[in-house]
Amino acid sequence: MAEAVTVEEVAEGIYKMVKDAAGVKKLKPTDLTKAMVEHFGPERCSKDLCKEAIRTLMDSGRCVYTYFGGSFIELPPKEDTAA
Amino acid sequence: MGDEKKIPKTPKLDELDKGPWPSFVREIKRAAEKSPMSRGLLGVLERSYNEKVGHWKHGGIVGVRGYGGGVIGRYSDLPEEFPDIAHFHTIRVNQPAGWFYTSAALRTICDLWERHGSGLTNLHGSTGDIILLGTRTEELEPIFSELTQMGFDLGGSGSDIRTPSCCVGPARCEWACYDTLGLTYDLTMHYQDEIHRPAFPYKFKFKAAGCPNDCVASIARADLSIIGTWKGPIQVDAAAVTAYTKDGTDIQADVCDRCPSKCMAWDGKALTIANEWCVRCMHCINVLPTALRPGPERGATILVGAKAPIIQGAMLSSVLVPFMKMEPPYTALKELVGKMLELWAEEGKSRERIGEFIQRVGLGNFLEAIGLEPLPEMVAHPRENPYVFYEEYLEEEPTEAKA
Repeated sequence: MAEAVTVEEVAEGIYKMVKDAAGVKKLKPTDLTKAMVEHFGPERCSKDLCKEAIRTLMDSGRCVYTYFGGSFIELPPKEDTAA
Repeated sequence: MGDEKKIPKTPKLDELDKGPWPSFVREIKRAAEKSPMSRGLLGVLERSYNEKVGHWKHGGIVGVRGYGGGVIGRYSDLPEEFPDIAHFHTIRVNQPAGWFYTSAALRTICDLWERHGSGLTNLHGSTGDIILLGTRTEELEPIFSELTQMGFDLGGSGSDIRTPSCCVGPARCEWACYDTLGLTYDLTMHYQDEIHRPAFPYKFKFKAAGCPNDCVASIARADLSIIGTWKGPIQVDAAAVTAYTKDGTDIQADVCDRCPSKCMAWDGKALTIANEWCVRCMHCINVLPTALRPGPERGATILVGAKAPIIQGAMLSSVLVPFMKMEPPYTALKELVGKMLELWAEEGKSRERIGEFIQRVGLGNFLEAIGLEPLPEMVAHPRENPYVFYEEYLEEEPTEAKA
């Protein structure tokens, strides 16, 4: 059986996607979850793991939720990142 | 600095402060005596009345760390002219089930809001949360910190599960067919992560009504309406019915003639009910509350899909489960909701409510995906049959048959 990826690995994957999409496309949590499950494979990465990874990113302040008609995950504003 | 306390002249708004009735202008003016934000609000509102244009923008990056809900970003598009309300964010505070507070709890919240916000609240929004109107971004974390120390938490906003809400239920109403307060508390605890961290295509609202009177209007406002109902015959106290007639109630005109399914008959002495035709409208029970009571076996009907008109038009909920027992730990309900949420999160389009999603994919496909059997009660209105499958007509006929 394939070894499951860690929360940290998924969080890094999500962070990279959000960073690469900054200023180009707003990503919803479901977009990121689907992408991670596809990237790592469903046998290694579950939706619950992605949820935990998103929570890690939010609690650490590396990503923030934004609202523009719907909720998205984005990088925090620059002044917050510097802090 | 003296000018800062000057309340702006507001001739148009003043028209709405005339007369003995309550006035939002009067309340904002009262708040403006202490709050620069409320003074700014008066100024921008007067300007909006003159120009017939709103001066607010909403959304953006505001919230408290870790949460994606509970704060609705609100900005003025005239920040130079009205610097005190350049930010005017709304805070949603998760209300207790049934909106029961001590006066001390309300005072504490109001004191907090005078320290950190405009001092204005419209108390409860349509979601059910306590709504605190107008604060700045830098005040959000201190507000959150104080609220949590007081035992309160933020509610839902954005594409998350919104704060579940309910009627007062068995705490103050004899018609409650299940414990709406207990269910709402349980759902709030169970879905904490989904309330605070948006993970869906759009908002999802639970509303729990104890009986078909549906005092929280869940059938019009909730993606999942949980409406109390009963099985078995309406319980009749014949002596009490007679007492109503002696008090002047016209049973034929006020009860039987207004029964939507005409399932009741009155011969001048006895009220008979064809319970198999009863549609649980509550009219007879509301008219004769001491004579009639809901049937003995009680639970709830689960309905899905209501919404107010944002993307498409308004929709009412339609029946998904005609009768479900509502008892802790509510396993059947949570399993059903889990399947629905997973499907909608996976297949729903951005800003598509679950009712719109069901319309798009078809109720038949939706039921199949969540593992429910179609039932006659799911027909939303006459001449609609949402669950018939026509696959057998699409299959090609065997060659021999064609020949």
